Amino acid sequence: MEVKRQKLDGLKVRQARAQQMLRGDLEGDDLEKYVEERVLLTRFEDAQNWARKNAIWPLGFGLACCAIEMITVIGSPRNDLSRFGAEVIRFTPRQADMLILSGRVSVKMAPVIRRLYDQMLEPKWVISMGACASSAGMFNNYALVAGADKFLPVDVYVPGCPPRPEALMFGIIKLQEKITGDPGLGWRERYGAEGTEEVA
Amino acid sequence: MPDATGLELIAQRVRDEVGEDAVSGTTFFRRQATLQVAPGSVRDVLTFLKEADAEPWDFLSSVHGCDYLPEEPRLGVHYQLLSMARQDRLNVKTRVGADEPTLPSVIELFPTANHQEREVYDMFGVVFEGHPDLRRILMPEDYEGYPQRRDFPMGGEPVLFTYNEKKLPNWYG
Repeated sequence: MEVKRQKLDGLKVRQARAQQMLRGDLEGDDLEKYVEERVLLTRFEDAQNWARKNAIWPLGFGLACCAIEMITVIGSPRNDLSRFGAEVIRFTPRQADMLILSGRVSVKMAPVIRRLYDQMLEPKWVISMGACASSAGMFNNYALVAGADKFLPVDVYVPGCPPRPEALMFGIIKLQEKITGDPGLGWRERYGAEGTEEVA
Repeated sequence: MPDATGLELIAQRVRDEVGEDAVSGTTFFRRQATLQVAPGSVRDVLTFLKEADAEPWDFLSSVHGCDYLPEEPRLGVHYQLLSMARQDRLNVKTRVGADEPTLPSVIELFPTANHQEREVYDMFGVVFEGHPDLRRILMPEDYEGYPQRRDFPMGGEPVLFTYNEKKLPNWYG
């Protein structure tokens, strides 16, 4: 109870000081302190990346069965991707930021995907969702491209067949960390391993 | 399905009307009746079965290809006929060699054969003469080879297992 009381008092003090500032009563050191408390200084790139990170609009684009799972992530209130600012599905590549490769990539589909990727505006990111998009999965044959990273750059690989919705959301959070420029080392951190090939 | 006797009756009617060489054999296996037909007379046999037979087969439910590689001629094309009225089915099979795989198209008889013949051409390389638009339907148009033939390489990439770990060259570096 004590703590709560203090917090309330602090809030009241801040409100009173804001009222004083608006009336023009704060002067000198009090005014300096007031400004210091309320102004956040950062670099422009950081602010820009912060904005980009919290508004990753995915392209409404599905390839195969993983697309069903992707739709439950980016389109359903149960998983609620709007918590991370990535729920606004855009059905034109001109307005999309993120391409989720959800499913197997066939030889015939590869040029289409590459064209969609080229039509997206910078900055743009690609998530390879599931085993098929990352490595052709169980379909190792003449019809499929073994790994979508053969024809476009992929930022995050999400394993699974299909990945759980939590896994895809974790991939999107990893992408956010990559955008803000502070990617963790993943399993290397846990095992104390060397090297930073895993960037997100 | 017609029973074995009915199949022989059909075969005899085809021999009488189309020609003695048109039917090369019949198979009745697991209640499935199959008429084996010489490749040159496929269209005549199907025309007879659809239009002139006493028990007409008015619907072509599917056309597919098959590769019997060690045997010659190796490429098979199967036509599955269906009679809606009698709820009955009949297979018509034919074989062509891989060096000159040509068959007459049956689009005038059954318009549904259009895409299915394109698929057989795409996967097995059987050329259907008289087809108005014979090009690949599933694979990219610049694809080389006919991927469902048995001598076509599997494609894809070698997958690392413990049994072939030593055989795959330099996978580690």
